Amino acid sequence: MADLPVDIVSLVPPVAKIGFVLAVLMGIFAPVLGWLERKQSALMQDRIGANRADIFGLRLLGLFHPLADAVKVLFKEDFIPERAHRALHTLAPFLAFVPPLILYSVIPFGDTLILNGRDIPLVVADLDVGILFIFAIASLATYGTVLAGWASTSNYSFLGGLRASAQMVSYEVVMGLTIMGVLLSFESIRLTEIARAQGDLIHLFGLPIPKWGIVIQPVGFFMFFIAAIAETKRIPFDLPEGESELVAGYFTEYSGFKFLMFWMAEYIEMVVVAGMVTALFFGGWQIPYVTTGTFMSWFAGWGMGETSASILTSVIQVGAFWTKVAVFVFIQMSIRWTLPRFRYDQIMRLCWKMLLPISLLNIIVTGAVVLWLKG
Amino acid sequence: MESVIFIVLAVGAVATALLMVVHRNPVIGALSLVATLFCMAGLFVLLNAHFLAAIQVLVYAGAIMVLFLFVIMLLNLRADELATGRKRFLQGAGVLAAAVMGALLVGLFSDGRSLWPAGVEEDYGGTQEVGRVLFTTYLLPFEVLSLLLLAAIIGAVVLAKRRLD
Repeated sequence: MADLPVDIVSLVPPVAKIGFVLAVLMGIFAPVLGWLERKQSALMQDRIGANRADIFGLRLLGLFHPLADAVKVLFKEDFIPERAHRALHTLAPFLAFVPPLILYSVIPFGDTLILNGRDIPLVVADLDVGILFIFAIASLATYGTVLAGWASTSNYSFLGGLRASAQMVSYEVVMGLTIMGVLLSFESIRLTEIARAQGDLIHLFGLPIPKWGIVIQPVGFFMFFIAAIAETKRIPFDLPEGESELVAGYFTEYSGFKFLMFWMAEYIEMVVVAGMVTALFFGGWQIPYVTTGTFMSWFAGWGMGETSASILTSVIQVGAFWTKVAVFVFIQMSIRWTLPRFRYDQIMRLCWKMLLPISLLNIIVTGAVVLWLKG
Repeated sequence: MESVIFIVLAVGAVATALLMVVHRNPVIGALSLVATLFCMAGLFVLLNAHFLAAIQVLVYAGAIMVLFLFVIMLLNLRADELATGRKRFLQGAGVLAAAVMGALLVGLFSDGRSLWPAGVEEDYGGTQEVGRVLFTTYLLPFEVLSLLLLAAIIGAVVLAKRRLD
């Protein structure tokens, strides 16, 4: 086997891409979402919301609150309960926080960028196993919550951890099965290929419609979205941290920065869910009816060179991707402030007796249709 | 570079496997096993078996071990309950493991062929390749295994239901 490439020039694009994704997640989404969630809940509940933090009297709609929160959290005491398992208590927030960050490495945020004749696919790692990698890493996030619950040696935490593990293992099954329809339809498990295939058009009743996942797999989309929200443990599936019965569930005994890590892990999970929904069901970076080729020929018509045309195209498409992601994050937040919490038996019934049979049926029907269309 | 990664993963796998056997706390033991499985997945990636690596993490580390942990947490054993019969069990397990290891070594070295298989295609461990082989050459074993799994599922449901009724 060939040695891994170590020359510096070839390392620049991957490092730049990793930096870009991390900057968007940690620099934009994680802090702004905290502010957005407060503002949105305030709006929906007819309150004013976060607007107190100011710098020299400048309030900017409360946008300084994330900064104030970060400073506050950094200076708080990092408290570990006396009877807690110290090592695991410290390890748990990392196990919860790291997997969602890794997940974004296989979600494509743009088409191929051509820089001076070099093709740079706008995804951190275009893996052959694609979507399997996402499920493999996502399943590891369970350990963070379960261990946090166990290591705290507190009954509230423990109950939260038990609830979380049962819920996450159950919904993982459904989540995996619901996207099988998409994989069958696009005949690929690479997210890049699936996103690219959604640039095509299909003709429905004579109308050209973008071949987005939602068009050919509407049932799959709704079930995937439900299962994915359950996996992030947010309302209406927030039993593991139900504050009216378990204080804060599995992270009751956490303070300071470790608390913030659980909190940010939840937001990044939301962004991951939105990214997966976008890549699988809403065309990824694609803008309907305008493919990369169309953009390139337009810009070439304006007298641009290949590199500058490609850069402009990529900027538009990457913008389209993050816009779609932001929309789905907003939808998830709206769901949180709209619905009450399920009962635990309802959560389990929804998973095993409703979503699972429907997703199995979806696979069979999709498989039959795909075979029939192929003749 | 590759040998460095191999050494890190191999040492990690052996060390965590040892920790899993030696440590008294069952939760630490389960977590060590997860780490072992993770290192093994890394070794699979080095062997170009990407599909196997993903499945290893997905099924063993992500699903089965979570259930193990769930059960260990549910039992919530005290330290003094754990110690009983431990030494005897470890002795038996050690003898068994040594026997299996010896049989493997004898089998490997007595075989005239080289330890390393002949060259394989670059993508033999990819998802598509594994899928093709599973559904053509090894279709019968694959289906028999799925029947076995189905029987296990039905068995689990029957056992659980008897308790409930």
